[in-house]
Amino acid sequence: METQAKHISKRILSRTDSLVEVREFVDAAARAFGFSEEDVANIILAVDEACTNIIKHAYHYAVDQEIEISIFPSTRSFEIRIYDNGKAFDPSIIRTPDLKDHIGHKRRGGLGVYLMKRLMDKVEYNFIPGKRNEVRLIKYRSNASTVPEG
Amino acid sequence: MTDFKIHHRDGDGVSVIELKGYLDAHTAPDLETAFQKLLTEKKYNVVVNCRDLSYISSAGLGVFMAYVEDIRKNMGDIKLTNMSPKVYNVFDLLGFPILYEIYKDEQEAVSRFKEIKK
Repeated sequence: METQAKHISKRILSRTDSLVEVREFVDAAARAFGFSEEDVANIILAVDEACTNIIKHAYHYAVDQEIEISIFPSTRSFEIRIYDNGKAFDPSIIRTPDLKDHIGHKRRGGLGVYLMKRLMDKVEYNFIPGKRNEVRLIKYRSNASTVPEG
Repeated sequence: MTDFKIHHRDGDGVSVIELKGYLDAHTAPDLETAFQKLLTEKKYNVVVNCRDLSYISSAGLGVFMAYVEDIRKNMGDIKLTNMSPKVYNVFDLLGFPILYEIYKDEQEAVSRFKEIKK
């Protein structure tokens, strides 16, 4: 049976200098969960990428908007939910980046979403029109099944 | 988890950029400025020493991607060196080792430029 510990949350302003707070918040929670150094580093980077995307694409660098990061640790998984009230982002438009093509056209987009998918076990996007956007990043304990229940 | 510093030194026709700290969406513009300066000064043989680079996100990787084409058009290159396994892992996930020369040691990369010059 899966038991869920109390979740913890943090709110930041949509500024790139808030990313350090995000990394420190996730670092402490992932270490407390018992992840390896490698997993901790991967989770931190995935959350940084998700928040960076929100700052860039949902809020277009407006610095006074809010991003909420909530962490839900359970016996089997470590789930991070990130909320914003900006423009909805459609991840289906992001293809696996072709580095050669990116360099040729000096493109940079799409790298963050690709990294998030590679670094985490599961990445989900949920949009509540007119309300808020949600990104869910999930990492399972290494000794737990990567197939979620239900 | 905040500091980012760039140190630039020139010698033997090669510019060495040393990165220190955390390279993310907040600090990537500093690296962009450093590359713009290199292009303005027509310094196209660039070694980026990542020995003290603790962290990199895709915003930092994007800077290398944005400038390498202009540098290569001018017969130069960006060669990367001294990465920690953690930093290398991020470059590797995006396939950088196929398109960029990555060396264990700065001197190896500098020597490669010298060999090309001969």
